[in-house]
Amino acid sequence: MSMSPDTASVAAALVAGVLAGDRRLCARAISLIENNAPAAREIISALYPYTGRAMVVGVTGSPGVGKSTLVEAMALEWRRTGRTVGIVAVDPTSPFTGGAILGDRIRMQRTSGDAGVFIRSMASRGHLGGLAAATEEAVAVLDAAGFDVVVVETVGAGQSEVEIMDVAHTTVVVLAPGLGDDIQAAKAGILEIGDVFVVNKADRPGAAETAVQLQNMLELGSAAARHGRVRLSAQDLIHHAGLEQEPEPAEREDNLWEPPVLQTTAFDGGGVPEVVAAVARHQDYLKAHGLAATRDFEKAQARVRELLARILSSQAEARAAQAGQWEPIIGRVARRELDPFAAATLIGQRFMS
Amino acid sequence: MDRKIRVLVAKPGLDSHDRGAKVVARALQDAGMEVIYTGLRQTPDQIAEAALQEDVDVVGISILSGAHRVLVPRIVERLRELGLDDVLVVVGGIIPPDDVPFLLEKGVAAVFGPGSSTTDIAAFIQAHVKTERG
Repeated sequence: MSMSPDTASVAAALVAGVLAGDRRLCARAISLIENNAPAAREIISALYPYTGRAMVVGVTGSPGVGKSTLVEAMALEWRRTGRTVGIVAVDPTSPFTGGAILGDRIRMQRTSGDAGVFIRSMASRGHLGGLAAATEEAVAVLDAAGFDVVVVETVGAGQSEVEIMDVAHTTVVVLAPGLGDDIQAAKAGILEIGDVFVVNKADRPGAAETAVQLQNMLELGSAAARHGRVRLSAQDLIHHAGLEQEPEPAEREDNLWEPPVLQTTAFDGGGVPEVVAAVARHQDYLKAHGLAATRDFEKAQARVRELLARILSSQAEARAAQAGQWEPIIGRVARRELDPFAAATLIGQRFMS
Repeated sequence: MDRKIRVLVAKPGLDSHDRGAKVVARALQDAGMEVIYTGLRQTPDQIAEAALQEDVDVVGISILSGAHRVLVPRIVERLRELGLDDVLVVVGGIIPPDDVPFLLEKGVAAVFGPGSSTTDIAAFIQAHVKTERG
């Protein structure tokens, strides 16, 4: 794609600014990417080689469980140990007006005034899965800018908003007491993606019960999943240690990450050092078992697939529209003359081959 | 380009009535804007820093305490110090008519007192945000 000299110089100035850690230019770069501005692609390409250094932590959970408050408390804890923290907080866009009210900053007042913390609110802009389309690029900007930890807070997520696991190295799933039946309902989905589980609002009645229920649920799940996960880490172990035979069962057990269930009172920081420590343990685990590279591969694969789908889809649509075929074909689907699969196949065959 | 107008709605100083700020935030959302609400009792420094991090087009200041002659110029000044010269600043709340020219002179684009229509506020912002920003 050719760019005007102006666009190229805008991109170059922003990239230099981001790499120098300029907060204003970081903010601007995120906006341009978010807006699909002409300079966006250039900025992403130029920054990408400088990414991959930050620890990316996802925080997800249902609305109202205290994600933002926990994120702030974790940020304060990382700051205590001298690490800088970038935060990308996603809230939903109204499907009717395209507008959004982004309120995560309200719960992050205690970090304000600290130059080691950068918070960016992001509207989902119609993207499903708990994130915004540009969330991963916003993470990349903060990563390239040199933040040690980048935290991604998803929209209030229920069961299927699992996209965060393709973005984060470590995913923290937050729950609150009184959701017993919801835990039951959430067996698949977000309960499967947690590397660390947090029962927040632990000062409220029922917190201990929720933690126990969760623990039981996870044990059931991990027993069922054990086979596949052990195989992965055992293969990995063979690869790295040059072993020729499968490791002993006892050894396998050691290699399995058991997600801890922790309790916090995020508003006063209670239990939060333990969460931060568990995240660090999980990072160590990933590195020790060579899984960090596996996760990076999976993250890259998910991202490329998503972009490929988006690019191919818009290309097909543009070509069909140019040929005056898009609306007629969609119209046939609407009139039930053609089913949607047949229409998609038709468009793909006619315009993408 | 999928540009959205981003607005920071801020409550500086000590008054704790944010009903008006919330009504405006909601109206701007309904007008298709992305509204970042800061919560209560923000200092001028905090507001300017949030505007920077969020890369907003507009800062909307809601103030009912009577401290606008001190707080509003400080916010505008701080925004300029951070290089955010192109951010549109609008003020709402209880502002005596006599103080309006003072605020406009200090760099505020418009003052919306009690009884202002939220449609007018949204229309003003849409008309005055510099659309050439990326």
